[in-house]
Amino acid sequence: MKFKTFAMTAALLAAGLSATLSTPAFAQAKEQFFPLLVYRTGPYAPNGTPWANGKQDYIKMINARDGGINGVKVTFEECETTYAATDKGVECYERLKGKGASLFDPQATGITFALTDRVAADKIPLITLGYGLAASQDGGVFKWNFPLMGSYWTAADILIQHIGKKEGGLDKLKGKKIALVYHDSPFGKEPMPLLEERSKTHGFELVKIPVTAPGLEQKSAWLQVRQQRPDYVLLWGWGVMNSTALKEAQATGYPREKMYGVWWAGAEPDVKDVGDGAKGYNALALNTSGQSPKVIQDILKFVHDKGQGTGPRDEVGSVLYTRGLIIQAMGIEAVRRAQERFGKGKVMTGEQVRWGLENLALDDKKLATLGLTGVIRPVSTSCQDHMGSTWARVHTWDGAKWNFSSDWYQADEQILKPMVKAAADKYAAEKKLTRRTPADCQS
Amino acid sequence: MIYRENGQFKTSYRADQQIFPILQDRVVILALVVFAFVAAPLLISEYAFRAIVTPFLILSLAALGLNVLVGYCGQISLGTGAFMAIGAYGAYNAMVRVPGMPLVAAILLGGGCATVVGVLFGIPSLRIKGLYLAVATLAAQFVTDWAFLRIKWFTNDSSSGSVSVAGLNVMGFAIDTPVQKYLFCLSFVCVFALATKNLVRGNIGREWMAIRDMDVAAAVIGIRPVYAKLTAFAVSSFIVGVAGALWAFVHLGSWEPAAFNLNRSFDLLFMVIIGGLGSIVGSFFGAAFIVVLPIVLDSLPYWFGIPIDTALAAHLTSMIFGGLIVFFLIVEPHGIARLWATAREKLRLWPFPH
Repeated sequence: MKFKTFAMTAALLAAGLSATLSTPAFAQAKEQFFPLLVYRTGPYAPNGTPWANGKQDYIKMINARDGGINGVKVTFEECETTYAATDKGVECYERLKGKGASLFDPQATGITFALTDRVAADKIPLITLGYGLAASQDGGVFKWNFPLMGSYWTAADILIQHIGKKEGGLDKLKGKKIALVYHDSPFGKEPMPLLEERSKTHGFELVKIPVTAPGLEQKSAWLQVRQQRPDYVLLWGWGVMNSTALKEAQATGYPREKMYGVWWAGAEPDVKDVGDGAKGYNALALNTSGQSPKVIQDILKFVHDKGQGTGPRDEVGSVLYTRGLIIQAMGIEAVRRAQERFGKGKVMTGEQVRWGLENLALDDKKLATLGLTGVIRPVSTSCQDHMGSTWARVHTWDGAKWNFSSDWYQADEQILKPMVKAAADKYAAEKKLTRRTPADCQS
Repeated sequence: MIYRENGQFKTSYRADQQIFPILQDRVVILALVVFAFVAAPLLISEYAFRAIVTPFLILSLAALGLNVLVGYCGQISLGTGAFMAIGAYGAYNAMVRVPGMPLVAAILLGGGCATVVGVLFGIPSLRIKGLYLAVATLAAQFVTDWAFLRIKWFTNDSSSGSVSVAGLNVMGFAIDTPVQKYLFCLSFVCVFALATKNLVRGNIGREWMAIRDMDVAAAVIGIRPVYAKLTAFAVSSFIVGVAGALWAFVHLGSWEPAAFNLNRSFDLLFMVIIGGLGSIVGSFFGAAFIVVLPIVLDSLPYWFGIPIDTALAAHLTSMIFGGLIVFFLIVEPHGIARLWATAREKLRLWPFPH
């Protein structure tokens, strides 16, 4: 009996394995394939799910409304990474790569780090909108990385600018104490070099308080906040860490008005459970939320009204949903841009999409046709600048919804540029890379 | 019928004591090794190499190392992830701090660092046993997690705490493509599996097993527990450290301490228990079970063309996987290796069982 079960299991396993080992050749029938690395389970699921839904809905809408990109149908497949498991992310990448992927959005800084070396060899571009490696803004070294619309350095820079403005000038920051409560991972540590630079310039004290991932246990971190009494707290959290931090802040009695989150700590799932306790909490915003933009209306009309929506209807247009949608829109616009050069109505390869990403020119007019007017600012990338825009706003939670509480800020080029260049050069030296030549920029 | 040893007479002690006394076993294993080195690179897809086979090999090596400690010497360890991390960061530091450091030397040095720390954390095993020791080794996990997150020196002052290596090569041969990486890991695994097999059937392995079975009795017959236990910790940590260095250098390329967290330790312990305690081949079975099965389960809906929600698929994978673990432990508490041994016994008698 035992032997039989064993034999059967072995046979099943072998059958499964052989199917894995012989990946069938992917049929290329005028379909642009988008791999979607997502996390719909685990401690990051509350934030990962709307993000993933936004991406899927946008693809469905493009297919339903426009019939694809100039006639090329858009297909997708999801793969669960759980956010924190780098090796799972690598497995997903390898799996979906074989299916004709020409662009990846890893949705996690840790996975981005692990994929950065691989994508260069595989010739597949990597979009890391608002996250990833700050130095990868430098397209001269990071040919395949695109941290569109912002990195953690621009985020930290804008927050310090905003706090400075609140205090009545950056020079007033002298002697102040700013605490960084961060997710103890590359994600949370990325902003540090910039904050240290700013703290040297303006003379404020930077206190770094780590929170062990996933961040459900923060008592000791907030005890430190209570002891240190910082004037401001910067919250660099993701997933359940954010709502836990807000609850702890409430328990500690730290004023939420003095707390500023990064744009990954400023969405509905972070504050909803805390309710009134989160009132007054501020966070950066890369995009608007709400169902009024035309693109959201189109999604409701072409996808949700037909019963094909990915998530619940009332979550359409939430902060992270909209961000997922924007990321997907960037990917699709990169393909469209690449098609302008390499042939309309054709399936684009990774190299061609990379050119498209490097030559994105989403001005106000273009944004209007996409239905994104007012949702984001224009984005325009180049060979040297893979970010395209360093603008962001601050929004504040009023207990029921997010309201913008500041005007647009742009990250300070004077601080950012030399830092990015130095970091990129250091990376290039470590990896023995040479900067791209102007001729390479044309290709 | 095929698998019978009739007519195979051993005429010397040497022949009687070889690793595979039965001719068929020798042929099959040799064929398997030849297949793995020669034929597999031609047959297997790139995805399988990068996502399945290479991680499987590296984790098999780690499981092998842990099996020395848990399976052969009977000392439970929950700090395997920590020793992998020490191997990885040790090798990394050797690479970045010593110019012109050869890759293999760096990896072995990483293993050496893990050995030192492993012996250090093995010292409590002289006084405490069983579950208490498991808790003590857990300390290794927390200490290394903390050290690699907080002490900047270990990560070469990397601002994000993530480190990476590139341009791996062995004596001028680049370790770049999936096939090269696979062969590189395979060589390590083969050498270490052979070495471990020889260790455990030698003098020292018998000491470990004596300690495992009853340490008081072992001490009475003249085995020094200090020596036996600490050598088990040393050998185990060395192999685990090498596996950690391979995991970081060859598989991930860029990593953070979270790659070697407590979950990794648990995974490895499960591999050893499910695969078979005190069995070399069991380490491979266990690694295959833990590494390959979730991927297969994950991909099943796709192969059969069943449209299924990603979250549901992830939940189902966990549920089925958990169920299978329980199933295997009930069917054969001694692990898959014992099932394999039973199968072999049956095959030897087939088709004329008593």
